[in-house]
Amino acid sequence: MAKGILVFAEVKDGKVKNVAFEMLSAGRKIAGQTGDELAAVLIGKGVAGLAGSLAEYGADKIYVAEDDKLAQYTTDAYSKVLADLIKETDPATVLLGCTVLGRDLAAKTAQKVKAGLLSDCIAIDVEGGGLVFTRPVYSGKALLKAGVPESSPAMATIRPNVLTAEPAAGKGEVVNYAVNLDASDLRQVIKDVILQVSSRPELTEANVIVSGGRGVKGPEGFKVLEDLADVLGGAVGASRACVDAGWIGQNLQVGQTGKVVSPTLYFACGISGAIQHMAGMSSSKCIVAINKDEEAAIFKAADYGIVGDLFEVVPILTEEIKKVIAK
Amino acid sequence: MNIAVLLKQTFDTEAKIEIAGGAINKKGVGLIINPYDEYAVEEALKLKEKNGGEVTIISAGADTPDAMRQALAMGADKAISVEDPALAGGDEYTTAVVLAKAVSTIPYDLVLAGWREGSAQVAVRVAEELGLPHINVVTKLDIDGGKATATRDIEGGNEIVEVPVPAVITAQKGLNEPRYPSMKGIMQAKKKPIQKLSLGDLGLSADQVAAKVKVQSYFLPSAKAAGKIIGGEAPQAAAELARLLREEANAI
Repeated sequence: MAKGILVFAEVKDGKVKNVAFEMLSAGRKIAGQTGDELAAVLIGKGVAGLAGSLAEYGADKIYVAEDDKLAQYTTDAYSKVLADLIKETDPATVLLGCTVLGRDLAAKTAQKVKAGLLSDCIAIDVEGGGLVFTRPVYSGKALLKAGVPESSPAMATIRPNVLTAEPAAGKGEVVNYAVNLDASDLRQVIKDVILQVSSRPELTEANVIVSGGRGVKGPEGFKVLEDLADVLGGAVGASRACVDAGWIGQNLQVGQTGKVVSPTLYFACGISGAIQHMAGMSSSKCIVAINKDEEAAIFKAADYGIVGDLFEVVPILTEEIKKVIAK
Repeated sequence: MNIAVLLKQTFDTEAKIEIAGGAINKKGVGLIINPYDEYAVEEALKLKEKNGGEVTIISAGADTPDAMRQALAMGADKAISVEDPALAGGDEYTTAVVLAKAVSTIPYDLVLAGWREGSAQVAVRVAEELGLPHINVVTKLDIDGGKATATRDIEGGNEIVEVPVPAVITAQKGLNEPRYPSMKGIMQAKKKPIQKLSLGDLGLSADQVAAKVKVQSYFLPSAKAAGKIIGGEAPQAAAELARLLREEANAI
């Protein structure tokens, strides 16, 4: 019978993404209740050195799958390795981060091993001996609780920044996993990678996000938001209106047709709070709204609101926050 | 070039969600074409205009989606709707197995779909089921010399990926500007064929496509307590907000 939890540890720029530690911490708690083994898998090239960090967050066993063919992510190569590992080690539960890569890898792997897959989950609970996953549906207007019966592996992608990463040492046994990849498995060829250079964190992983909407009035208007974001080491985001107007890149759009984020602190500046935007940020832990229109829907979702012109309020707020941080 | 486009319809974004007896009340809820699927339909039409061939819209569910007529009005040639009561309780696995079978009933060189249909699983699962390579979250697509070359979104940028065709390509916002159906298109769509198939017609049994995921319940998120509006002139309000973020919310 399938047993244990397997966490896919995504590596970006030579580091394990934080969502892997968040999943291991959740896995550690579950394992404490069910007695399951908690394993992690590293896939790539030159990733073995990262195993120690996974042990620090509770991994009992760390599979390391290294190969030249895994130096760059392709769905074909990574899903073959992950599916082979699942078939050989028969885990009951497989967790991946709900990132661009994680979503792609999870769907492909799930079909290879005929697994049920719950996407973008925000909670995992043990109920009646099995795992129950909670995920938002219909743009976050409702939540769904579901599980996967024992007949197939339960797979889930977990929204980054929702679960809490807490160090807790695991046994940390490292197992080198022999990769079995044929040329016929690899049909996707990466011709080029174009990365946008940014000193700010990725939206889905940022602890603080300062977003602008129509009230920003133009591309230049983002300057005051960038200054606030930089004081807090945060990211800058935008509503769809700004992206459609060409003021800012689509990669920074938060909302139903953009990124789903859950930072510790979200500033909505000049954003009215359309349901499409709320779908992307309502799971933020603390929401601040700054808007001229006191009737704006965003104030209903906000923990704190200031009715005022963002161009007046935000620069002063930036200075005040600097003072508070310096204390 | 013959192209299959996978289509789903979804709740109107503005729709109010009601829950009765642990399930979503679907009565009276407006349905729209999944926004990402519109990009897939548009891209298929552009490729058809360039290379000829047929565009077939394919869907699977409990009944015929109205969105199918919209895709036909945009210019697609025909549609296949797999309809079976057994699909009502299906999940992404179910839908993928059924759609892959339906795609297999027509000649095709390319399969297009929206990258996200709620869970961003189905098109990728269909690719695996058909034994095809895929390129996911695509904002630019070229088909030439038996190869598809696409620009796709990755974290922090883009990458250009090449795969042999046939392949599955999933559309992201930015791929194109979907056209509006013309009046002529709407009239013509009424005469375009929608082939209705049951699971049995595809040689599938309800057991073969049974959902892997077991839904326990739907519920509404707990209502958020009213937030605090900080009054006063901007300097005082901003100072008070900074203080609250540190001392009350513990957020900075």
